[in-house]
Amino acid sequence: MRAIKPGLRLKSAVCATEVMVIRAPPGEALLACGGSEMLAASESAPAGAALDPAQAQGSLIGKRYVDAEERYELLCTKGGEGSLALNGAPLGVKQAKALPSSD
Amino acid sequence: MNVAMLLDMAADAFGQRIAVTCEHRSLTYAQLRSAARAAALQLGAGRFAHAALLDTNGLTAPIALFASAYAGLPYAPLNYRLTGAELEELLRRLAPAWLLARPEFLARLKVPAGIECAEAGRVIAPPAADPGPPPELPSDPGAVAIQLFTSGTSGTPKAALLRHEHVMSYILGTVEFGAAAEDEAALVAVPPYHIAGISAVLSSTYSGRRLVMLPSFEPAAWLQLLHEQAITHAFVVPTMLVRIMEYLAQQHAPARFPALRAIAYGGGRMPRPVIERALASFAGVDFTNAYGLTETSATVCLLSPADHRAAVQSEDPHVRRRLGSVGKPLPTVELEVRDAAGRALAAEEPGLVFVRGAQVAGEYRGSGSLLDAQGWFATQDRGWLDAHGYLFLEGRADDVIVRGGENISPGEIEEVLLRHPAVADAAVVAVPSEQWGEAVGAAVVVRAGAAATAEELQRWVHGHLRSSRVPERVVFRRELPYNEMGKVLRRILREQLKGEP
Repeated sequence: MRAIKPGLRLKSAVCATEVMVIRAPPGEALLACGGSEMLAASESAPAGAALDPAQAQGSLIGKRYVDAEERYELLCTKGGEGSLALNGAPLGVKQAKALPSSD
Repeated sequence: MNVAMLLDMAADAFGQRIAVTCEHRSLTYAQLRSAARAAALQLGAGRFAHAALLDTNGLTAPIALFASAYAGLPYAPLNYRLTGAELEELLRRLAPAWLLARPEFLARLKVPAGIECAEAGRVIAPPAADPGPPPELPSDPGAVAIQLFTSGTSGTPKAALLRHEHVMSYILGTVEFGAAAEDEAALVAVPPYHIAGISAVLSSTYSGRRLVMLPSFEPAAWLQLLHEQAITHAFVVPTMLVRIMEYLAQQHAPARFPALRAIAYGGGRMPRPVIERALASFAGVDFTNAYGLTETSATVCLLSPADHRAAVQSEDPHVRRRLGSVGKPLPTVELEVRDAAGRALAAEEPGLVFVRGAQVAGEYRGSGSLLDAQGWFATQDRGWLDAHGYLFLEGRADDVIVRGGENISPGEIEEVLLRHPAVADAAVVAVPSEQWGEAVGAAVVVRAGAAATAEELQRWVHGHLRSSRVPERVVFRRELPYNEMGKVLRRILREQLKGEP
């Protein structure tokens, strides 16, 4: 568990995935990737941390990941093998909006 | 949160794609990142308060923008059309600063103390080896990313501040990462010190669309790049489109635009006849009208290609007139039209335009935030919404003519004058009136080979608008005063018309 606030960047303990928090309600949450809690840039993975094969659907760079209520939104800034989850529930890819290019 | 993240993601995901082209030189996203990282090394160690650019559109603009972000310094691109004395004054406000400059621009000024100059030509060659990421990417979302000096048509230029959180909210809210196809290329003709020039670099980088930089806008060069570089997307300010349409008319030759899919325009009022001619000349191309301000991190409203087509094809006058609208707010932006007492107005009622959203910065250096307690920003533009939420702008609040208590916007009168066959250009401003306090004055440029009298134009306006809109004074000019971004300098016209009978 850690305080999750917009702008926070986290990395996976078990794969190359990195995310940035776009939107989050105040308070703490457990953000996991590949079955292990995600880490701040300065933290290192606990010994023996490994990708959980049941949590290995992968993350894609540039996609936004949201919980079912869309209270949390993460931007994947580096893709990896692990699946993203919040408080034990998988995060889904948010639909892209189609805006015409204005610049 | 840092705008350099946009380039990091692009370089990681499609580093070998071309990021930017100018005059037959190109950089891939990986090379652009290497060059920006190398430049950032010169900026580090806390010696500078700003990183400034004094150059035309080119490879230096994206390098300087991203180098500033890697180094955690505000990026301040300067208007190279200013006089030496004006530039010296701005540089004194930026010192201590690093200045990436083209030598011929530096020759015009005496560089103030505290400014360390780097030659533009040295920075654009990517280093042999990538210096690697900075030890820690500055991550404060509230740090200033961009500092743009306003055009200063009314006094000392103000320094508008855009923080990383504002700019990132705009890009992440409007652009899908890597969504551009590999053949897409965006032609950038607005200068690097204009907010549209900055957002072009950031949007294109994040979408993976190649930037093609035109150093100095000129219709023939712009049209040539359309086919030479297989341009798919372009952004123009209204005066550029006016000049492109005039050029095409003189050439008696249709434009060649083999790959062009979309033209976006904004940064000023687009005359209806010009957009109508452009829609016909660039048949099949998607047109988007983008309304935004420096203070709102660029676009807040869009009139979409579908809206343009619907307006052209519709028999319904309410749909047809939308060609003169700036469209609807972005999904991430709220917009209200309010009266002078701050009450939200109903459809069709003109008032002041307010916006709210995560991209709205609303701040100048030294001013503190100008957002109200609920986060709303007063754009200082006047306008009204139609029943379907389309915004119609009337002009800057300062430009409204108050005639006997009635608010008159110059825009509607200018549009009517511009539809007169003999009128090439027109601007309407307030003139002092003993009877009304202010009255309507018009400065008109007559088309070559055509003729018109003041009485004739007054009758013409009277035939289209209420009598209070008829210009009391009409003066004729060879040309109207514009700033270099194509905005009419109404302050100058007001001064001039004051003294004329």
